[in-house]
Amino acid sequence: MMDLYREYILNHYQNPRNFGKMEGADSSVKLSNPLCGDEVKVYVKFEGEKVSKINFEGKGCVISQASASILTEELKGKKKEEILSLDKNFMLKLLRIPLGPNRLKCALLPLEAIQKAIKNGL
Amino acid sequence: MFDSQKIKKDFPIFEKHPELVYLDSTATSLKPRQVIDKLVEYYTQYSANVFRGIYKISEKATEEFEKTREKIAQFIGAKPEEVIFVRNTTEAINLVAYSLGRKIVDKSSEIVVSLMEHHSNFVPWQQLAFENGARLKIINIDKQGRLLFSPEMITRRTAIFALTYVSNVLGTINPVKKIIKQVKKANPNTIVIIDGAQAVPHLKVDVKELACDFLAFSSHKMLGPTGVGVLWGKRELLEQAFPFLYGGEMIREVRLEETVFKEPPYKFEAGTPAIGEVIALASAVEYLEKLGMEKVREHEKELISYALERLKEEFGEKITIFGPEEAEERGGVLAFKFGSYHPHDIAQILDSLNIAVRAGHHCAMPLHQALKVEATTRASFYIYNDKEDVEKLIEGLRRVEKVLG
Repeated sequence: MMDLYREYILNHYQNPRNFGKMEGADSSVKLSNPLCGDEVKVYVKFEGEKVSKINFEGKGCVISQASASILTEELKGKKKEEILSLDKNFMLKLLRIPLGPNRLKCALLPLEAIQKAIKNGL
Repeated sequence: MFDSQKIKKDFPIFEKHPELVYLDSTATSLKPRQVIDKLVEYYTQYSANVFRGIYKISEKATEEFEKTREKIAQFIGAKPEEVIFVRNTTEAINLVAYSLGRKIVDKSSEIVVSLMEHHSNFVPWQQLAFENGARLKIINIDKQGRLLFSPEMITRRTAIFALTYVSNVLGTINPVKKIIKQVKKANPNTIVIIDGAQAVPHLKVDVKELACDFLAFSSHKMLGPTGVGVLWGKRELLEQAFPFLYGGEMIREVRLEETVFKEPPYKFEAGTPAIGEVIALASAVEYLEKLGMEKVREHEKELISYALERLKEEFGEKITIFGPEEAEERGGVLAFKFGSYHPHDIAQILDSLNIAVRAGHHCAMPLHQALKVEATTRASFYIYNDKEDVEKLIEGLRRVEKVLG
């Protein structure tokens, strides 16, 4: 389980990529997990059918914040439709760590926020 | 203090997980072999329904089932016919809100609860107040998490007073006996409901001495099986209350034009109950009685006092422990904030060292809002814990610092 806090994840937590407000975003969504207070706000910029840039702001546990950071890099340039079809299996593969049902919610929060931002922008 | 190594031998889970440091008994306690054996005894020897079979094994099941009722009554200083079996504390409190609350609460009423309530003793009253147009009044707490109750809060309109005996986050042991006296003095008609979920497993509780009207608690937090809760209520109030659930077992006679209900407690026990689980609850009570509730309290007090001292010694300002500073005023519950680490991450890293703690708001969101934290990490102690577990918790927190920097 210490895998959970392996270099890769901790690196994203300590040095979050694409962190901070995005000026001129096409859509933004804030989601929180009331159970533990994780909070993620995502900003999305579109280019035709694709998502050209994602930024995020937030606070919370390592898993939720690292997931957000990783996603801003991973999903950049992908088609909106493709992103909307992603599910928890994608997230688990991306993080390469085992997550129990309780902890999975933390990892999924940023993905849900991005998907919601895309839907709102459609 | 108890010899925890000896006590651990009674809990089969430690055979499977000898390395387990279980610090989440506030959520649910572990179960001794005596309780598990009793469950198996029911399911293998007399697993019939209660109250209806005219055959030997059903008579045996009924007899054992009622034995638990007597055992519980004796344990809390009550009469057996005032002991109702439900699913858990939450259901017990909902029963009072639904069966009696909606009968006595109206637009002119006030309901008093405290800020430190578990959602199960808060939401039913808040919703009852909304539905019947009553006013909800909240008792605040001081910086150390002690109740700021004043008798002036009770008026001639106060229909319900609901309070937890021990806070599941702060650990505060409220001076309920004194408070109930003040409430009843201010308004003898106020119905007093005590949430005993964190008290009955850890302290000697006697309903006559407390002079409350209702007491609710759960089997699974006091070494017993899950799926069983207890509601104790004063006979005349139980008679006055509406039934809770309608259907089988709770009726005396059903005709097309009317139904006659059974007397309490059966009036509130519709449908087949958790028979084996109720029966095994008696073994849990016997286990606690053998240890002695005064000794259980002493054990936990010494542990919490040691934990408070050691954690402050090791981590100083880096750790914020919520609740009263004096062990005398608190049960074996220790919720804390550690550095700027998120409770989820703390709990996860502790888990990698086989230390089980709880992270979150512990079903007390209004309290966490008042404490101005989203979530806390909570360690809680019971009879199988010892000072060694506190040291392991400290080692675990050192590990958190190391991993997360």
